Amino acid sequence: MENRKVLAEYKYELKPIIRGYNRRTLYVNLSTLEIKEKPVSDMMIEKFTGGKGFDMYLMWHGVKDDTKWNDPENEICISFGPLCGNTNYPGSGKSIVTTISPLTGIPVDCNVGGHFGPYTKFSGWDALEIQGKSSEEAIVFIDGDKGLVQILSAPDTEINSHILSDKLHEEFAGGEEHLQHVSTVSSGTASDHVEITCLNFSFWDKRRKLARLKQAGRGGTGTVFRNKKLKALVVKYSSLAGDTNAPEDIETLQNTGLKLHKEIEKGDSSQCHMREMGTAHLMEIMNDYDLLPIKNFKYGQMPEAIALASWEFKKLFTQGMPDGCWFGCSLSCCKAVDDFLPRTGPYKGQPVCVDGPEYETGAGCGSNLCIWDPKDVVEINFYCDTYGVDTISFGTSTAFAMECYEYGILNKERTGGLELTWGNADAALELLHQMARGEGFGLTVGKGVRKMKEIFAREYGADPQLLQDMGMEAKGLEYSQYMSKESLAQQGGYTLALKGPQHDEAWLIFMDMVNNLIPSFEDKAEALHYFPMFRTWFGLQGLCKLPWNDIEPEDNAKTDEPAKVPEHVQNYVDIYKAVTGRPLDKKELILQSERVYNFQKVFCMRMGKGRRIDDVPPYRAVGPVTEEEYLSRQERYDKQLQDKLGIDPSGLSTAEKMALTRKHREDQYQQLIDAVYKRKGWTPEGVPTLQHLSSIGMDLPEVLEVIKRYQ
Amino acid sequence: MKKLLKTYPDKCIACHMCESVCANLYFKTDEAEKSCIRINDSVSPIDMNVCNQCQACVSACPTKALTVTAQGVVMLNKKLCIGCYMCIAACPTDSMHRYLGGLNPFKCIACGACAKTCPVEAIKIETEE
Repeated sequence: MENRKVLAEYKYELKPIIRGYNRRTLYVNLSTLEIKEKPVSDMMIEKFTGGKGFDMYLMWHGVKDDTKWNDPENEICISFGPLCGNTNYPGSGKSIVTTISPLTGIPVDCNVGGHFGPYTKFSGWDALEIQGKSSEEAIVFIDGDKGLVQILSAPDTEINSHILSDKLHEEFAGGEEHLQHVSTVSSGTASDHVEITCLNFSFWDKRRKLARLKQAGRGGTGTVFRNKKLKALVVKYSSLAGDTNAPEDIETLQNTGLKLHKEIEKGDSSQCHMREMGTAHLMEIMNDYDLLPIKNFKYGQMPEAIALASWEFKKLFTQGMPDGCWFGCSLSCCKAVDDFLPRTGPYKGQPVCVDGPEYETGAGCGSNLCIWDPKDVVEINFYCDTYGVDTISFGTSTAFAMECYEYGILNKERTGGLELTWGNADAALELLHQMARGEGFGLTVGKGVRKMKEIFAREYGADPQLLQDMGMEAKGLEYSQYMSKESLAQQGGYTLALKGPQHDEAWLIFMDMVNNLIPSFEDKAEALHYFPMFRTWFGLQGLCKLPWNDIEPEDNAKTDEPAKVPEHVQNYVDIYKAVTGRPLDKKELILQSERVYNFQKVFCMRMGKGRRIDDVPPYRAVGPVTEEEYLSRQERYDKQLQDKLGIDPSGLSTAEKMALTRKHREDQYQQLIDAVYKRKGWTPEGVPTLQHLSSIGMDLPEVLEVIKRYQ
Repeated sequence: MKKLLKTYPDKCIACHMCESVCANLYFKTDEAEKSCIRINDSVSPIDMNVCNQCQACVSACPTKALTVTAQGVVMLNKKLCIGCYMCIAACPTDSMHRYLGGLNPFKCIACGACAKTCPVEAIKIETEE
């Protein structure tokens, strides 16, 4: 138990939630030690719905046009959405974290599990807004049992999440029966030194008797958190029941949830095996379809990748546990490796519980680095989490560094002795330990791909064009782990994503490349309108995307639009109405998202990004950068020259064929962007039109003021 | 060792006395949908559905609200239950129940009240190793 000083305190009235809303948000300023509540207006609910919408609204009014990630006025907002916390429908416990990102300079948003969101919501708050910087290490504690918010001193020597979170659960629970009523948010020692960081949201696992950790992974949220001298957020709430979210129509909610529980019970073992492997079930599927990133996204398939197949991870994951990150999620995808013994670093030889690896970690920290031992991937996963490092950005950044090492841009002298050869797990782990210690070449890799490109061009004379082509980032954020070369729609899905290239807006590869369901530019544009809007909706509500299409009704393939999983979309309409009592149909669902999406888009523009000039993919995401890449898939690329361009490849040099391929693919990308912007109601420069903003009800004065700058 | 309510459908005469006793005992009502044992006489042979204490629900419960007694009977701790109904979906015999308007599920705890009133000994409390 730490000896903590109360730096500030705020008592508030505990009130029952009404149909998914508390109608107030919590504001904490770490500089001034001000704690207060702000009302949630009808306008906020009508225009911004909740979740990410509330985050964006609060952040917009908290920061200035030129706010940088480390300015005191930058905020960390965490919101939950009206559906968040219901225990009936699988995947209903998500928090949405936003901040101005140190990697991109624009708002980043992360959808994260764990108990913090639902407990904070049931403690009385629709969102948590943290501003300012503390003068000393601090913890923000929300006591939802007593109606008390405190800023406490945090003299704790421990920062790394797997230890700190356990300790805080024990300290704030006040007894074993309350361990599951506490949740924490923390980062790790790497967040004091590098930018590719994350936040860990906990939930107490009663069977394992420890705090499990889920990550708000993207965009450097951990770095902002630690820059504010935050050691942790802690919430305690002890009164959870099946109706705490006070739905309007609990029967519909229960019936819809039970229907999905039964679908999962029956279908998961023959569909995605989420209960056995989580998202790691994708490993061999991606490899089969040439979509698994290997050697910094050069290739999508290698025979060696079978060593990282899902069945290898299944051997490591403890089976038969209710591994939901919130109560009532029968999809149970957050698998864990128990009693893992790290072979390196400060926790060498100490048994630890490792959350994951999920697919993104398996691909980013495994195949993309040619690390083929699943236990090495588990160890990287463990240290990333506890140090507060984002496994996606770590994987993509390290892969970039390894490719630079392959080309001689880097060498042992420049890396401080690290041999960054493909497959060198020891070197990858040492990079991580250096990030945590704040020393060595790990600090360079931890800056992310965009800054590495600048450094390697400036200091080592590397070819800036090659670095641009192979550096897998856009807007400053590292790509997540899918190959998009053969799917034009996915190239758009990645590059147009507002926060940077993350697949949570659109995953269209199978629709586009495998099943050829969206052949024309207009078809792709429609998909790049609908799916990002539909997926945005999860973040407005506090929901997880996975129970939407990682389990499907038995007759889904026979529906008109199987990719949309129509029955599940109807489920969401039904449970939204059942919780909030507000009208909704499938069209209004998309409109709810479109308002917030366009607001976020304009927010990015306000911060100086967010237009066509920012929606630029590195060529590695579009086509083969190097001769070896072209030659490795020569038959495919030659055939495309013949079929798509009518060019006979025989007699042409590889360089000539690569140039023709590149011109064609880049032209296609630009045509796609034209079609998508038109469909989204934006100008060819990527600016939302006044007419469109008016038609969706997002013509707020502050939005129009920014738009006018770009007319 | 587990204690359970065993059913003998060939003896059942579908008088539904067991449902009435059970629903009255736990919910003070005659409604069959609030009984832990369910008799379906629209099929032949008669379907008698009741928990066999297999414990599949226990491993599905995220709050450990379902536990097993020394006699092998699965019990629900209502204080810990958060009404997610994952146990209902996990039950291989559809013997975990709920009722409209309620939050917590309910199940047979092998109390034997129904067995005592069955006129034809179609249900009996027995012990299995």
